[in-house]
Amino acid sequence: MEYELIVVGAGHAGCEAAFSSAKKGHKTLLITANIKNIANMPCNPSIGGPAKGTVVREIDALGGLMGKVADKGSIQFKMLNNKKGPAVRALRSQVDKITYPQIMLKYLKKEKKLQILEDMVENLIVENNKVLGVITDSGKEIFGKCVILTTGTYLKAEILVGNSKRRSGPNDERTSEHLSDNLKKLGFEIQRLKTGTPPRLDRATIDFTKTSIQHGDKDNYWFSYENDFQKNLEKQEPCFLAYTNKITHDIITENLDKSSMYGGFVSGIGPRYCPSIEDKVVKFSDKDRHQLFIEPESLYYDDMYLQGFSTSMPHEIQEKMIKSIEGLENVIIKKYAYAIEYDAINPMELKLSLETQKIENLFMAGQINGTSGYEEAAGQGLIAGINASLKLEGKQPLILKRNEAYIGVLIDDLVNKGTTEPYRLLTSRAEYRLLLRHDNADLRLTDYGFEIGLISKKRYNDFQAKKENIFNLTKELKNIKLKPSKENNNILKEMDSSIIDNTISLSDLLKRPEIKINDFQKFMLLSYDPFVLEQAEINIKYKGYIEKAEKEVVRMLKLEAQVIPEGIDYDTLINIASEARQKLKKIMPTSLGQASRISGVNPADIAILMVYLKRGELNGRKNINRRISKN
Amino acid sequence: MEDTIVGIATALGKGAISIIRISGNNSLKIINKHFSKKITSKNDHTINYGFFQNEKEIIDEVLIMYMKGPKSYTAEDVIEINCHGGIACTNKILELILNAGARLAEPGEFTKRALLNGRINMLQAEAVMDMINSKTESARKMAVNQLSGKTSSLIRDLRKKILDILANIEVNIDYPEYEDAIIYTNQLLKVNINDITQEIKKILEQALNGKIIKEGLNVLILGKPNVGKSSILNHLLEEEKAIVTDIAGTTRDIVEGAINLKGVVLNFIDTAGIHQTDDIIEKKGIEKSFSYLKEAHLILYVLDNDMVVDEEDKKILEQAKEKEIIIVINKCDDVKKISLDSLKNYKIVEATTFQEKGLDSLKASIIEKFNLEKLEAEDLTYLSNARCINLLKQVETKIKDIEKAINKEVPIDIIEIDVKKIFDLLGEIIGESYTEELLDQLFSNFCLGK
Repeated sequence: MEYELIVVGAGHAGCEAAFSSAKKGHKTLLITANIKNIANMPCNPSIGGPAKGTVVREIDALGGLMGKVADKGSIQFKMLNNKKGPAVRALRSQVDKITYPQIMLKYLKKEKKLQILEDMVENLIVENNKVLGVITDSGKEIFGKCVILTTGTYLKAEILVGNSKRRSGPNDERTSEHLSDNLKKLGFEIQRLKTGTPPRLDRATIDFTKTSIQHGDKDNYWFSYENDFQKNLEKQEPCFLAYTNKITHDIITENLDKSSMYGGFVSGIGPRYCPSIEDKVVKFSDKDRHQLFIEPESLYYDDMYLQGFSTSMPHEIQEKMIKSIEGLENVIIKKYAYAIEYDAINPMELKLSLETQKIENLFMAGQINGTSGYEEAAGQGLIAGINASLKLEGKQPLILKRNEAYIGVLIDDLVNKGTTEPYRLLTSRAEYRLLLRHDNADLRLTDYGFEIGLISKKRYNDFQAKKENIFNLTKELKNIKLKPSKENNNILKEMDSSIIDNTISLSDLLKRPEIKINDFQKFMLLSYDPFVLEQAEINIKYKGYIEKAEKEVVRMLKLEAQVIPEGIDYDTLINIASEARQKLKKIMPTSLGQASRISGVNPADIAILMVYLKRGELNGRKNINRRISKN
Repeated sequence: MEDTIVGIATALGKGAISIIRISGNNSLKIINKHFSKKITSKNDHTINYGFFQNEKEIIDEVLIMYMKGPKSYTAEDVIEINCHGGIACTNKILELILNAGARLAEPGEFTKRALLNGRINMLQAEAVMDMINSKTESARKMAVNQLSGKTSSLIRDLRKKILDILANIEVNIDYPEYEDAIIYTNQLLKVNINDITQEIKKILEQALNGKIIKEGLNVLILGKPNVGKSSILNHLLEEEKAIVTDIAGTTRDIVEGAINLKGVVLNFIDTAGIHQTDDIIEKKGIEKSFSYLKEAHLILYVLDNDMVVDEEDKKILEQAKEKEIIIVINKCDDVKKISLDSLKNYKIVEATTFQEKGLDSLKASIIEKFNLEKLEAEDLTYLSNARCINLLKQVETKIKDIEKAINKEVPIDIIEIDVKKIFDLLGEIIGESYTEELLDQLFSNFCLGK
């Protein structure tokens, strides 16, 4: 049996990867250790948030699944940062943990080219540095032209609670015992990472009157740009806010030596971005309390997720800690918190396409690359799936630049900077945040999605129409002029805006902070849909800043356009500092821009590279090749 | 093929000689405009002794080396001028060559031309690369060490403050439900930006010290008629060897003379005595005296021991209040008579035109006021200093943008773009962030010197 693509692991990365390749017509096999766990959400019951929510929309614009599935599985929506600027607004959805995997499975099953197999992959078939397939734990060989590893936290996973440590994947799942060792044998650098998850509580035993209720937004929002998904939620499930207190902190401090992390039982490096409650209490000892969010996991069972309370304390201590919290005095703990350690590769060994440098046709995506988060995983999975497909088709890979997508920032950071702790996307990681808004992900990426073949003709036509409408509306706002008539000034006064003395275009009027585009109904017919209005408004209101960001982008792209020829031998550049040489050899950047972002490569090294490249241009490739062949 | 470029090939500073290099088609034409002898193709690959001059004025005694292309480093016509070291002289010659039609070499342009003209083969290129490499470390250090430790630490402190602001804004964005971080608002930013503006001013002052090294201090001598302004000036000039000055522009004509104090040039500007008058010509002179104020770094305000400090004196001092001022009490040969109660806030020096002691204490006051002892110890380069000042000016522009944006109620996360830019600009000054400009700067440091 031979496949075009084999995807190992059916988490958020694996599902996107398998779907995109099958949708593009490639015979795809998705292998999972447990078919019931496809698109499982083993940690928080939400999708989206700052930066991550934008990634979900980017996935949707490229033709991936996460946005649509989250929309259908949503039980609450919230637009975060709503009072801030448009660049940082972020959609977050509480998602039903039962519904989400079901919907995802439905989508996957619709793809005729996709087969799903329940098995555990323990080795790869590799010949002449080219992957040919996988071997399962029963010794079965399955052949495929390309392989994508999306193994999540399942490589040699160990669950840590207190001083106990046992081999197990999340939620007592099977873990892959040999795959990471076999990767090591192939020359991959393996690192040990750690993450954790908080306890789950029985809903009926929580005294919600002692917590404060957190409702979703009144307005409905959706991740997907596809109109069919924009249906209003009838009822939104609330979350609840509780706090730790002095007693909780005392229990933690007294028992620190029993925590896996503080007792010295954990060798993996934990994420700064979601610290354990032990961490918070130790590092911020001046704080009297810490926030905890109690979030529903599903409409179909009673577990409540205690966000902010990740811990690796023994069960009996967890019990005490949790019961010290107001509202949780009599709570029944359904699942205790645990920390998990797992193997990951060093992402600096990847190309920007997510193919590995060492083994041709082998791609990796998701937590195996050192990231954390469903959205980060899904984004990589989609890109790996797309690029493996493009490779099968003999086409150039899709590499999103830092000014095009958060997914681009994510992969560029991973490949060039590496990571020693689970990597989480933050808006501050993006240099061009104002360009990478959640509201314009479709405008940024739908063209790619269509070109690749994951966006339907109908959706593409709708998208073109939207673009045209934005253009027309912007023009119209420039052309409609308000005269300083009494009537107009009265309307302005009603809007709490200052009166005008001269004729002014609506476009210029919109630049006033207190004026919103919807106010213009009094001056013109606003027959456009709200998303068109929003785009025109943002483009006009923040024109100066957007232009500034675009200027910066041009500067970056100039360096990006200076291509470093493949197969350059850095050992022949005797002048480059040795740390920089090591990094350059490892990462093999494709452009001067990429090289300049590698940590440890200094401007002086870039200067030398620059001179070298100029020489190459001058003397032609012959010269470079001659030098390389001499070594 | 291309325009003619010029650059200082040696490190700018206190070396015994400096080498200025010109490359391009017009090299000969340019040097013949300023050299005391005519250089022709007959002088190819020879060294020629003579004077570098501006019209009839001799700037320096120099050696001129002419290397006709393609047998030169860049494979173009190259002139190298060996002149006396020191900032004033080297910069003056550079300035005159620039005026004669050459362009300041871009970062690494000499080496770039050598490469593009096919002058260097692979082995040689590697040798050059080696050299570049050996200089890299020092070039990097230069970018960092170009400022006094004090300035760097000011910038570092300021960056720390800005980083705190940035972090606060970022936490608000990435963790919007996190209660422990204060919500950073435009109002808060307004307050903090004010502090930052003050700090920047301080840093600019520091940076301008470098400019003082390059261009010297303009010292304006003010006072009413017959208080002894000229005699103080003459005494200063007489004792120190008067040197050729290089200050540019409008003030050039009015400089009476200059001295070198602790390695810094003091350009003295004598003025007409200021007093109430109806005489039209005299009035013109007085107006002119005031117009020099703008260019002055230091005012020596001369008072006569035998006279009283009157309203007119106070009025003049009031006009000069933005400047550094030293009050010089002249004719203090006997007992001090003048009452100085109204001048408590000024630095006062008692001088007598006939005794060296008074002049020495005047010089000591100037040294103290401008921290010249310290300046002398530093090796500031013309380019790096200009770069630093330019960056600080950009910071000031950004601050203005931020203030405008706050008034226009632009959301804080958008204003933050400019705050971040300030952080980067400051980092660039002390070599702690990467941009292409910094790269160019480093390139220039090792390539202008080859």
